[in-house]
Amino acid sequence: MSSEFLYGIEVIINGLMAGVLYALVALGFVLIYKASGIFNYSQGVMALFAALTLVGIMEGQVPFSHLINAIFGTELHHFGWEVPAFLAIALTVVVMVIFAWLVQRFVFRHLVGQEPIILFMATIGLAYFLEGVGDLMWGSEIKTIALGLPQGNARWLEDVTSALGDDTFYGFFVRQLDIVAALVAMVLVTALIVFAQYTKQGRAMRAVADDHQAALSVGISLNFIWVLVWSLAGVVALVAGVMWGAKSGVQFSLSLIALKALPVLMLGGFTSIPGAIIGGLIIGVGEQLFEYTIGGPFLGGATENWFAYMLALLFLVFRPQGLFGEKIIERV
Amino acid sequence: MKDSVESYVTDDGRTIGGVMLDLRNITLRFGGVEAIKDISFNIREGEIRAIIGPNGAGKSSMLNIISGFYKPQEGEVLFDGVARPPMPPYQVARQGIARTFQNIALFEGMSVLDNVMTGRMNHMNASIFSQAMWFGKAQREEVENREAVERIIDFLEIQKIRKTPVSRLPYGLKKRVELARALAAEPRLLLLDEPMAGMNVEEKEDMSRFILDLNDEFGTTIALIEHDMGVVMDLSDRVVVMDYGRKIGDGTPDEVRGNQGVIDAYLGVSHD
Ligand SMILES: Nc1ncnc2c1ncn2[C@@H]1O[C@H](COP(=O)(O)OP(=O)(O)OP(=O)(O)O)[C@@H](O)[C@H]1O
Ligand SMILES: [Mg+2]
Repeated sequence: MSSEFLYGIEVIINGLMAGVLYALVALGFVLIYKASGIFNYSQGVMALFAALTLVGIMEGQVPFSHLINAIFGTELHHFGWEVPAFLAIALTVVVMVIFAWLVQRFVFRHLVGQEPIILFMATIGLAYFLEGVGDLMWGSEIKTIALGLPQGNARWLEDVTSALGDDTFYGFFVRQLDIVAALVAMVLVTALIVFAQYTKQGRAMRAVADDHQAALSVGISLNFIWVLVWSLAGVVALVAGVMWGAKSGVQFSLSLIALKALPVLMLGGFTSIPGAIIGGLIIGVGEQLFEYTIGGPFLGGATENWFAYMLALLFLVFRPQGLFGEKIIERV
Repeated sequence: MKDSVESYVTDDGRTIGGVMLDLRNITLRFGGVEAIKDISFNIREGEIRAIIGPNGAGKSSMLNIISGFYKPQEGEVLFDGVARPPMPPYQVARQGIARTFQNIALFEGMSVLDNVMTGRMNHMNASIFSQAMWFGKAQREEVENREAVERIIDFLEIQKIRKTPVSRLPYGLKKRVELARALAAEPRLLLLDEPMAGMNVEEKEDMSRFILDLNDEFGTTIALIEHDMGVVMDLSDRVVVMDYGRKIGDGTPDEVRGNQGVIDAYLGVSHD
């Protein structure tokens, strides 16, 4: 096989790896949107907050230490212990569930039946609020995640695949972290689908997504389901935050991964789980391939920033309902 | 005899028990509009209770109060003799009260089977982990629930459309699926808001038969709203008549038919 062709495949593989993560972030949006009609602008900040919390707990940071020290004149910073990763992850999940409950109890419970635009604005407020809380709780320095995730490229993959081409081909170059991220994302997505299809709570979730009134009439608590979907979105945010944070550090820009999910949603539709997955993969592969074939050679590179949006826009023009959404028919 | 709370046996051999649901002095307002004005009536164990009246009389509002969708400003609801505190609809459903809607509320994106399965929601108690792992209690429960659902599907003769997405069904079948979902909960009290609206004669006959059969075979207590007088007279043990938010009649079909106020309301005699 020519090395040209093989490098093309490498680009596709890397695109798929990134795409799985995009899909995961998009899923966070879809979960909440389907169940409550809320477009959650704060999803990206949730990822940042979750990652900050995980790092903070692992390193034994005292939450709100700046605030406490300022008020009481103390010099608290660390508890002096370190928390093992699995326990820290479990605790972070608990924090995200509490966050979900608070959001439901103090914000959206009071906004039931409001216009979608009001709900959307509330999530904008929530995003900035959560960003502030994250700063106050854990400080605003850039942090690194010490989960022991493998760094560097996957040498074994290079070694195994270098035989595919001639002497100018050195094997597929894929970062180990990307492989891990893709695997974790796949496990999580599968778990979410199994949950939605085969458990009582999952059925209830789909029921609420379909018709609130009917769901109530069979004994489903809307409030419970809303806390549930926000919790699930919190877990999704945690995983996305950790994987992205492991790449580029846990810092404010992490919250911008939400922007990566938007074109995925435009492509896949806001209410479709398969749409989010396929959409994520298409965007991941599409932006890498475009950069490799056209963007890099002819447009001066760095096309990943806008290509996804252009693709999504084109798509929107021809299929506004997304990949799998039902055709929108205006009834007159 | 029928006014006392002693149980009695009907002409066709069904046993009507004591008062299950007692509505006392219910008043419901929407802004300045009084949709229900100081209405009291009860529903007895095992009976078929009809609520009739012209459009806008407040019949649906009454069902919405019973099922927890509306909160009356005044009055009390007693269930099994105990005053019921205001509670959201999902809690009412968990007490064994199931319902259908005048404007059909089905899960349009799901198949008939899945729709009926959601009716079993309150019969699923296995922990989330055993469900996800599919062992022990969860597996047993799922099998039981599926069997129960299949029995109901057979009972309502909708086997042929089990796998069909609900959105593709004609109106009459949708009504039947909605009934199936309500029945899947094995309710003690079933509330039906115009179960035969928009149906042809044949479909109405089927629906009437289902209602009679399920009351007879499972002893389900039923409150139904219906405009077709023939159907009401055939099905119900007792009838409440409403007009402009007031109760203007209450009794057996024969008693109600002879009531002058009821006749006036239906003939459109002017209100003053
Ligand atoms: N959610 C609501 N908000 C405001 N007004 C309402 C609401 N629900 C019912 N009403 C009003 O209450 C009155 C009774 O309505 P209801 O639907 O109970 O009548 P109905 O007897 O079921 O009539 P129909 O036979 O047409 O179904 C009507 O005037 C209606 O406009
Ligand atoms: Mg009505």
